[in-house]
Amino acid sequence: MELTFYIAGGIAVISTVLMLTRLNLVHALLYLIVSLLAVSVVFFVLGAPFVAALEAIVYAGAIMVLFLFVVMMLNIGRQAAETERQWLTPGIWTGPVILAGILILEVVYLARGASAGLGTGATGPKEVGIALFGPYMIGVELASMLLLAGLVGAYHLGFRKTEKLEIQHDTGTHEGRADTGGDLILAGTDRSARAT
Amino acid sequence: MRRNLIFVLMSLEVMLNAAGLAFVVAGSRWHQADGQVMFVFILAMAAAEVAVGLALVLQIYHRFKSLDVDAISEMRG
Repeated sequence: MELTFYIAGGIAVISTVLMLTRLNLVHALLYLIVSLLAVSVVFFVLGAPFVAALEAIVYAGAIMVLFLFVVMMLNIGRQAAETERQWLTPGIWTGPVILAGILILEVVYLARGASAGLGTGATGPKEVGIALFGPYMIGVELASMLLLAGLVGAYHLGFRKTEKLEIQHDTGTHEGRADTGGDLILAGTDRSARAT
Repeated sequence: MRRNLIFVLMSLEVMLNAAGLAFVVAGSRWHQADGQVMFVFILAMAAAEVAVGLALVLQIYHRFKSLDVDAISEMRG
């Protein structure tokens, strides 16, 4: 049991260092996901299975997908196809796959062996829920307000971008109109020149 | 030193994760559920922070056409 803890902690440290030293953003995201999964295994070994599941679902599932969406949206303009071809070279994903494979082996070993808890018993979801909605009720309300504020703020910031894009599109059509107007004027001068 | 804004946000995630790990380890040491409750709060805060931060990154990229932190030092702070 202690060996699994040290292996998972070592994988977390190694993958975090590799994440910080990558030059490519998507490779860094891969190593960050491996690091979060390793921390999730550490939580499970420490006797916190509820938090381990939350870490795997919310952090490695939702927040990293958000990062990936933003990376994909930022990569639209500049040389997208060539960078995609560079990223798809085999051998890039061997590092994360090896680290994640070690983590999967650990999880299989833990699932086959005894229950979680490093020496002591685990603190299950029931106690966490009782503490969360008992003495920490005001904290839950504050967290819900914070999430609502984050939702409204993110929507506002993203909405002004589309509004700005619409304005740019509008000026584009104006430029087009001015261009045709110039063409008409030029045709008029042409006609007048031909008339004279 | 890394100057990419998305790397800054990812490193922020790692730091918040380390703080949560410390809370959970402390809660596991004294057999209390408070550490895990604090981790849930940190998780909610990280989610809100990352949503706003990534929206700001999109806005900055559309305005400055760059993700360099030094390119946004207009205020000379």
